[in-house]
Amino acid sequence: MQADLKTTSLNDTHIKLGAKMVPFAGYNMPVQYPMGVMQEHLWTRERAGLFDVSHMGQCFLIPDDGKHETAARALEMLVPADILNMKPHQQRYTQFLNKDGGILDDLMVTRTAYEGHDGWLYLVVNAGCKDADYAHLEKNLPPNVKLKVSEQLALIALQGPKAASVLSKLVPQVSSMPFMTYYATKIADMMVHISRSGYTGEDGFEISVHDKDVVKLWNMLLENPDVKPIGLGARDSLRLEAGLCLYGHDIDETTSPVEAGLVWSMQKRRRIEGGFPGAARIQKELKDGASRVRVGIQPEGRAPAREGTEIVDPATNKVIGKVTSGGFGPSINGPVAMGYVEKDFATNDTALHLMVRGKALPAKIANMPFAPHRYFKPEKFKESA
Amino acid sequence: MTTYFTKDHEYIRVSGDTGTIGISDYAQAQLGDVVYVDLPATGKTLKQGDEAAVVESVKAASEVYAPVSGEVVEVNSALTDAPSTVNESPLDKGWFLKIKVANNNELNELMDEAAYQSYVKSLG
Repeated sequence: MQADLKTTSLNDTHIKLGAKMVPFAGYNMPVQYPMGVMQEHLWTRERAGLFDVSHMGQCFLIPDDGKHETAARALEMLVPADILNMKPHQQRYTQFLNKDGGILDDLMVTRTAYEGHDGWLYLVVNAGCKDADYAHLEKNLPPNVKLKVSEQLALIALQGPKAASVLSKLVPQVSSMPFMTYYATKIADMMVHISRSGYTGEDGFEISVHDKDVVKLWNMLLENPDVKPIGLGARDSLRLEAGLCLYGHDIDETTSPVEAGLVWSMQKRRRIEGGFPGAARIQKELKDGASRVRVGIQPEGRAPAREGTEIVDPATNKVIGKVTSGGFGPSINGPVAMGYVEKDFATNDTALHLMVRGKALPAKIANMPFAPHRYFKPEKFKESA
Repeated sequence: MTTYFTKDHEYIRVSGDTGTIGISDYAQAQLGDVVYVDLPATGKTLKQGDEAAVVESVKAASEVYAPVSGEVVEVNSALTDAPSTVNESPLDKGWFLKIKVANNNELNELMDEAAYQSYVKSLG
């Protein structure tokens, strides 16, 4: 292990489980366990996978006056989602934007609701961006909203069709939680913050727990025969099949949420009112369409097209875009990719060529997700855009 | 018939003037599940160290280099439909290509089985 790498509180546990550890975003992280990426991926789609995502950043926005509105208005200066109208226990996906409407990071925001913490917003941000995100918040939050970075919280994700039955054995209430909601409770003597969300396209949960308790909770969950530990390798193939963006690859400071196909995460009030960084560009793109858009790409053969692969119009041999994530989808049993193409080509079934090792491989624009999302959404909780 | 290995974990098994090239058991274990193998055209001339094939796991693509120079005389087209053969039988059924060895002296630069095993051990 490189000397300058940080570790999560589960580091020794991963090593005992036989994980292959690799550097990721400054942390020593498990890329796979002895089962291997392919089987770990398939297991998560069939049963339940347990992921250590403690490298991600967890922080709170705390309004001096204890009012949701105060914290919400402060965060709305930096993101294009409607935070103000979030209900207690609700969670939303959004993005920090720069003044040009490019994405600085993507994040999950939760309106917490527990006594003594009135008005707190809970944020989960990417590991690789967290220091920059915290600096961005410190610089831009008004004086009456404080940033509290948690250095003592671990985060684990339980994902897959069996996740709810597994976790409900420890916390019966979770089985009725809708997708994108949160619940704070105790498991044994451990305080946990549970959200029904994830990064695999499956039903599942992310559980925030104190560092000192995470090994115990991890082992409790692993005792269930439906649960196996899953590394970052399968996490990546799962999210790719689910059509979910990976920051620094599918979205970055040059891509806007409109280009990235994330309009669903900007609620109507914000789209109309603006009032977030880059609103002028984003509102123009909403009106006129973006010049390039993120699309799913289905190669016709067996060869995966990796990140950086050029996308060519077969009629003119002109480069019309680039693959931003690509690999093999174990559940699809074939290669899958996503990338950006000029808007005129962004229609399903449009024929493309992918330039892989100098060869033009036929492919077409495909619907995402490649593997259907299986989120738990009771009708009455479905969110209107 | 002798098998030689490279530091990049390719092997070449030589019988007469034909060399069968693949990747070692250590290499397949490091790669994980092989999902695609890109093989060269027969008749292609490879110099020692040229990219001979590409092997792809779920996560990444890796090059397979020619251990010695020679002309490609046969490729293992069975890998196209069953790339996982590379994981199951790297040294036997999971071979990639056969070449007509151009220069036997190049074999002397490679490791024999015993030297390779101790090399792998040194990698920890």
